Amino acid sequence: MAGDNQVTATAERPQSTIFKRPSSTKGLWGWITTVDHKKIGIMYGYAAFFFFIVGGIEALLIRVQLAQADGEFLTAGAYNAMFTMHATTMVFLFIMPASAAFMNYLLPLMIGARDVAFPRLNALSWWIFFFGGIFLYSTFIFGTSLPPISPDGITGNLAPGGGPGGFGFLADSPDGGWFGYQPNAGPLYSPGTAMDYWALGLQIIGLASLVSSVNFIVTVFNMRTLGMRLLRMPVFVWMSTVVAFLLLFSLPIIAVALFMVTFDRQFGTLFFAPVGGGDPILWQHLFWLFGHPEVYILILPAMGIVSEVIPVFSRKPLFGYSAVVFAGAAIAFLGFGVWAHHMFASGITPVAQAAFGLATMTIAIPTGIKIFNWMGTLWGGRLRLTTPMLFAVGFLAMFTIGGLSGVTHAIVPSDWQQTDTYYVVAHFHYVLFGGAVFGLFAGLYYWFPKLTGRVMSERLGKTHFWLQFLGFNLTFAPMHWLGLQGMVRRTWQYAPGNGFESWNLVVTVGAFIIALSILVFMYNWYRSRRRGDASGLDPWDARTVEWMIPNPTPEYNFVNPPVVEKLDHWWHLKYTEDEEGRAVRRPEADQMIAELEHSELNPESPIHLPAPSYFPFIMALGLPIVFYGVIYHTTVWGKALIAIGAVVTLASLIGWGIEPLEEPMPSAHDDEAEPEDEGDADEDEEGADG
Amino acid sequence: MADLAHDTADHHPPHESTGIDNRKLGMWVFLSSEFLFFGALITNYLLYSNRAGYDGIYPAAIYDIPFTSVSSFVLLMSSLTMVLAHNALSRGDQNGTRTWLFATAALGAVFLGGQVFEFTEFIVEYGMTMQTNPAASAFYLLTGFHGVHVAIGVIMLLSLWGISRRQGELSEKHGMNLELVGLYWHFVDIIWIVIFTVVYLLSYPPT
Repeated sequence: MAGDNQVTATAERPQSTIFKRPSSTKGLWGWITTVDHKKIGIMYGYAAFFFFIVGGIEALLIRVQLAQADGEFLTAGAYNAMFTMHATTMVFLFIMPASAAFMNYLLPLMIGARDVAFPRLNALSWWIFFFGGIFLYSTFIFGTSLPPISPDGITGNLAPGGGPGGFGFLADSPDGGWFGYQPNAGPLYSPGTAMDYWALGLQIIGLASLVSSVNFIVTVFNMRTLGMRLLRMPVFVWMSTVVAFLLLFSLPIIAVALFMVTFDRQFGTLFFAPVGGGDPILWQHLFWLFGHPEVYILILPAMGIVSEVIPVFSRKPLFGYSAVVFAGAAIAFLGFGVWAHHMFASGITPVAQAAFGLATMTIAIPTGIKIFNWMGTLWGGRLRLTTPMLFAVGFLAMFTIGGLSGVTHAIVPSDWQQTDTYYVVAHFHYVLFGGAVFGLFAGLYYWFPKLTGRVMSERLGKTHFWLQFLGFNLTFAPMHWLGLQGMVRRTWQYAPGNGFESWNLVVTVGAFIIALSILVFMYNWYRSRRRGDASGLDPWDARTVEWMIPNPTPEYNFVNPPVVEKLDHWWHLKYTEDEEGRAVRRPEADQMIAELEHSELNPESPIHLPAPSYFPFIMALGLPIVFYGVIYHTTVWGKALIAIGAVVTLASLIGWGIEPLEEPMPSAHDDEAEPEDEGDADEDEEGADG
Repeated sequence: MADLAHDTADHHPPHESTGIDNRKLGMWVFLSSEFLFFGALITNYLLYSNRAGYDGIYPAAIYDIPFTSVSSFVLLMSSLTMVLAHNALSRGDQNGTRTWLFATAALGAVFLGGQVFEFTEFIVEYGMTMQTNPAASAFYLLTGFHGVHVAIGVIMLLSLWGISRRQGELSEKHGMNLELVGLYWHFVDIIWIVIFTVVYLLSYPPT
């Protein structure tokens, strides 16, 4: 990707681009061409929520199938497709982008910055993700799933779409599990193109995360406002940074593994094909070497959110701030050394099992530190049980249950019993739904005023919480005992008479209660955007600097970026201590808030912002086109697609290169041409190839 | 290296808390990820390179060490010319910068030519393709991805060279671009040192 060297070649010549520079920040084109971290965050958020609904519908289909013994609601093929797409969607298309939404929106605000380090690159990440999601889901239209071509005489007992049950058309989509184990997901046992859509779709989505991880790391290290030392940053910023490093070091590994699968499937290499001497266990190592850090990629942002919410509603500083920060880093570090605990049943040596079992147990230490610190924050606090706080406390309780059942997997003989049973399903839903999703909802309710200038309805919010809490536990608690009784995962039907029927019915009812709670949330969101109570600048009496600016957040974030003197800077501006150490509100606090409401909305001089650009959108379009071509590369039009995609990428790269980051906008605030940091760093996408 | 001058007008948040240019820090961060990318590819090769019982010829049996040594030497020298280009620019010697940039790109292209020759020889003369056995698959994937990285570097170097020719000089902003390309180029070279040592020079008894 060389064009970037021309980045600055003509930077001195504005309006030299192929297209006329987009000039409006309104309407559809305003969204497509925006480089504003807040708008990008909002788009991430809505896309993630859309996929949450899609993944949720897939889960409900699974639950209807399993509601009774010998269910025939779905065909076996459709069932395999649904559990594969449910997990793939929830991991890569819901929780990761939902976390990215929070990071995008909040990171610059929390460190007092105008935007991220590379605004256009940020837009590029988002659009790559967006097209990657569409690419992956286009498998339902274009993908095919065929019966195995078995060299050893084992033939598929069912055509993927055939057999008893309904919704056979859903079977033409990836059906090898979200972990894509080989050789099951390889060319022999999963012919058809569905698994190609899976492998290449994840490749695209991974690239989006890689680009944004570089962006966030540079933002956090370089864009902090004065006085915002590393150990004064909010814990959410810290956890986002840790996640960015996890992404940075784990994504290249899955990229290599997915390239190997793609080469096996498309170009006849023999990496994972046992018939040719390939080693399927290698896939498991590579996948979980990414996959376990991925678990922390999913949970750490939620931990960061909870670490913001709990102190605010306990009206106390976070207990053991630096311990929480370092525990987060320690979890990430240890997270790279425990992957084989996903493989205890795969025949790895006893020494490896012992080592990985022990390493896994050590993860409980930093996690325990965090849990005790959150409890220490609650202890003796003046608690306000608002909706965000309820979700945060719900997170704390549910995540602890999930964490404890996780420790039982570290004990190897016990793990052998639990492998591939519903006990494992219960465990990871307690950490990912009870943990990550509860944490994300806490964040949504907490920061909703920043988006809209309104607060969400507490009555509906609490209804949502209690319904979700009830539904969640009805759904996932019985899975523990179902698993211990021996009910296996990823299996289409179970036979009657094993004592599974009644709990499965409870689980299915619970799943529909969760769905109901989400409907309540959607109604609340819809209603509160229009008719919620006005929030003012600081609705929660918060602690961190993103609450020092009016709601909704002005386009330019801060007029006067704060000069940070302490951890919880905003709180210390409002409160002082009496002799007994109790917080006492400073008399001038309200006056200060009123002044901020005024001054932060009325900049004295115009504020220059990065100008919108078409190129991130167009460039992101190139990669899926190339990958469609790769899937059909044996045909002429497949080759044509590769060429078209390459041309689109290259052309937009050159356009991007010669387009300056900022240029005079015909809109409200502009006049001085400021030589601001060029911020493009297009070089970063060289990773695209790699 | 002198970074871009920044206007920190009072309504502007201060930039670059670390004092390192955003783009340079971004490149470092990105390259740290690339190490893992090649780490996985090299591990993959090590796992398969010496497994006994594969059909067809093993890559280790047909390496042309003298030939690859020469092409490795060419690539390493390109790091020297890259440093000379950087040095020339910091001395304000625009002609020297242009010359050394072109020399770096040319050496990179020679290395790529060597790789094309090597692959052709392996395929045509020895019949070792990607599909022959997992060791061959791993060899081609690793060296192929390295070659792609070199090719991208050559294109970037030639772009800088072209800009310098057209404009007669590289402006201060391009000085940063030259540094970024330089970082990338040295990374590609360092990875090749590892690949050449671990893949070509060391030999592993079959298992």
